[in-house]
Amino acid sequence: MPVSSAEASPSKVSVLADVFTTLKTQGRAALAPFVTAGDPDIETTLAVLESLDRAGASLCELGVPYSDPIADGPVIQSSYTRALAAGFTLERLFELSRQATQRVKMPILAMASYSLIYRRGIDRFVADAKAAGLTGFVVPDLPIEESDQLDAACRQAGLALVRLVTPTTPPERAEAIARKSTGFLYCVSVAGVTGARTELPDGLIERVKWLRTKTDVPILVGFGISSPEQAHAVAEVADGVIVGSAVVRHLAEAASQPREAFLHGLEGYVGKLAAATAR
Amino acid sequence: MVAVPGQATIKAAPSRPTPLTATATIMTPATTTTAPPLSQVPLSQVPDALGRFGRFGGRYVPETLSAALEQLEQAYNEAIADPAFTAELDGLLGAFVGRPTPLLFAKRLTELAGGAQIYFKREDLSHTGAHKINNTLGQGLLALRMGKRRIIAETGAGQHGVATATACARFGLDCVVYMGAEDVRRQAPNVRNMRFMGAEVRPVESGSRTLRDAINEAMRDWMGSVETTHYIIGSVVGPHPFPRIVRDFQSVIGRETVEQCRRQLGRLPDTVVACVGGGSNAAGMFYPFVDHRDVRLVGVEAGGRSGKPGDHAASLSYGSPGILHGSLSYVLQDADGQTSDVHSVSAGLDYPGVGPEHSYWRDAGRVEYTSVTDTEALDAFDLVAQREGILPALETSHALAWAVQEAGRRPPEEILVVCLSGRGDKDAAEIARLRGLSADGTAAPA
Repeated sequence: MPVSSAEASPSKVSVLADVFTTLKTQGRAALAPFVTAGDPDIETTLAVLESLDRAGASLCELGVPYSDPIADGPVIQSSYTRALAAGFTLERLFELSRQATQRVKMPILAMASYSLIYRRGIDRFVADAKAAGLTGFVVPDLPIEESDQLDAACRQAGLALVRLVTPTTPPERAEAIARKSTGFLYCVSVAGVTGARTELPDGLIERVKWLRTKTDVPILVGFGISSPEQAHAVAEVADGVIVGSAVVRHLAEAASQPREAFLHGLEGYVGKLAAATAR
Repeated sequence: MVAVPGQATIKAAPSRPTPLTATATIMTPATTTTAPPLSQVPLSQVPDALGRFGRFGGRYVPETLSAALEQLEQAYNEAIADPAFTAELDGLLGAFVGRPTPLLFAKRLTELAGGAQIYFKREDLSHTGAHKINNTLGQGLLALRMGKRRIIAETGAGQHGVATATACARFGLDCVVYMGAEDVRRQAPNVRNMRFMGAEVRPVESGSRTLRDAINEAMRDWMGSVETTHYIIGSVVGPHPFPRIVRDFQSVIGRETVEQCRRQLGRLPDTVVACVGGGSNAAGMFYPFVDHRDVRLVGVEAGGRSGKPGDHAASLSYGSPGILHGSLSYVLQDADGQTSDVHSVSAGLDYPGVGPEHSYWRDAGRVEYTSVTDTEALDAFDLVAQREGILPALETSHALAWAVQEAGRRPPEEILVVCLSGRGDKDAAEIARLRGLSADGTAAPA
């Protein structure tokens, strides 16, 4: 007999929806930092997640280290390499997630390559994530044509499967992707890999506004955003902002600093980003 | 060997179905519900519309690349239906590459083996010294059709990098080649030749600094340049439609071999052998034979130092189904799905994955896959150099090692064809280094 069912706990998709509803009443957009699991070690990641939560993050993407991340720039690649060298495994990911989801109030989604999900088995990966209290998945290398099985497993488990649209996505396809996305829609700001950029790309604001007319699912913008000014500009039109490489860059310094000082610096940075998401 | 220009075309000999155009016209929707059992389907009728070879293949890529892969698929389907495209490619394969490449009886090697007759399909005689040029010319023409003036490529042994640089020089396209830093070191002659032809070679320092890391970097480049750049992938790997396109362009090898065997020997061979890293020369050689079920097909992988994880690069022999570089295939990976480190003395076989069609052929039982060690490959290099007057590439030496062993186990009336995929000049310095020899091939002073 299945251990859990959809009735046993509220769908994580509705938990996410509640987060966005609350933010709307507060006149804010969501701040969704990305952090690598296990860089420099699992204990630090746990402390980082608590810091992000305290600093005002609305939700978090927990990056699952993978050996061949083709969508990631140097900052996140290096972070994944450090985590894998330090002994990261999926067992540790789920144990970390179990502890973290009990300690923090923000929903946590796993950002994982489909290579890892496929290898473990789709149903098993989803069941493990659900048992660990995770809210859903962002799978950066899984286009809609290949996603039926994972989609079905997520719907059954009540977990979100966040889809991505990019500047190279044709309009009709973007609408199809938005229709399939659950939890929110990830709007990739640039054609390229992850990594902080100094300016928002041309046409981004217009693209988000156009997407807004095509879907009711919350739209979060990510890739290349690092400054409070950028975050604020995006927050004016989108439902949230994802900050990845700029947060992960702090992790590279974790080993060379006392943990308290490193966490204090990170918390200050994320706090400024969170404040900038007020409209 | 009599050159017959008509046989260098990408159309098959009249006595055979035409694989290249056949795959374009028999594409059926993935949702076909009345599919006959696999045993009754000709194995050549793949991939389907989603790029599936049985359960393998597919397109597991970031959304940023989806539109470009759609565009490529469409451009390819239009191109192979366009007589002007096939005529241009055929012309280049003839006058520029020198096709058809001969089928040569390896007389002294056959005498040594003491069994089946060994023949070489001489891809080493192709312009640039390997089969890779068959694909880069085809994809270069596709890039021109798509209006993309910048080309990127990955390379391991450097043969695909050289072939890409060559096509780009011929077509006037900008060319950037990603190559693992370890491979830049061990395949220096090819690095130099790429630069001579105007290509920019970017050494890749991440990961194991070999072919797999070069593909990662090329993919990342493409993520940011996809609207103006075409990625000429060098093997039958990667997301759909690359495995199909590369196989089709390389199938000229097998089509010529079928025709040459019929003309020169009066029949098809008993066994056909090719080395397999990503598997492009093997796919091109095997594909026109897969529906001839009485021809035994054998792929030889890199057995490296031993069968222990990390000591070899034999994905089909030791791997498990997984997703790497955009498609589902056999992959050397750990229990979590992290790609394993691999080893081969041969830079071109030093790769933890393999083309999805090989996985399909493996599971269908159509092609046998085996492996030979670094040492066996190096011994075969010597043997073929000294008994046939041909320096084979280290990649090819893997197929040769198995072929010589197997020929000795088969009766003299049998015919065994080896795809001699490339020449070994690029490896000469590295082989001398591995043996502690000086640059002139004599024992280094103590």
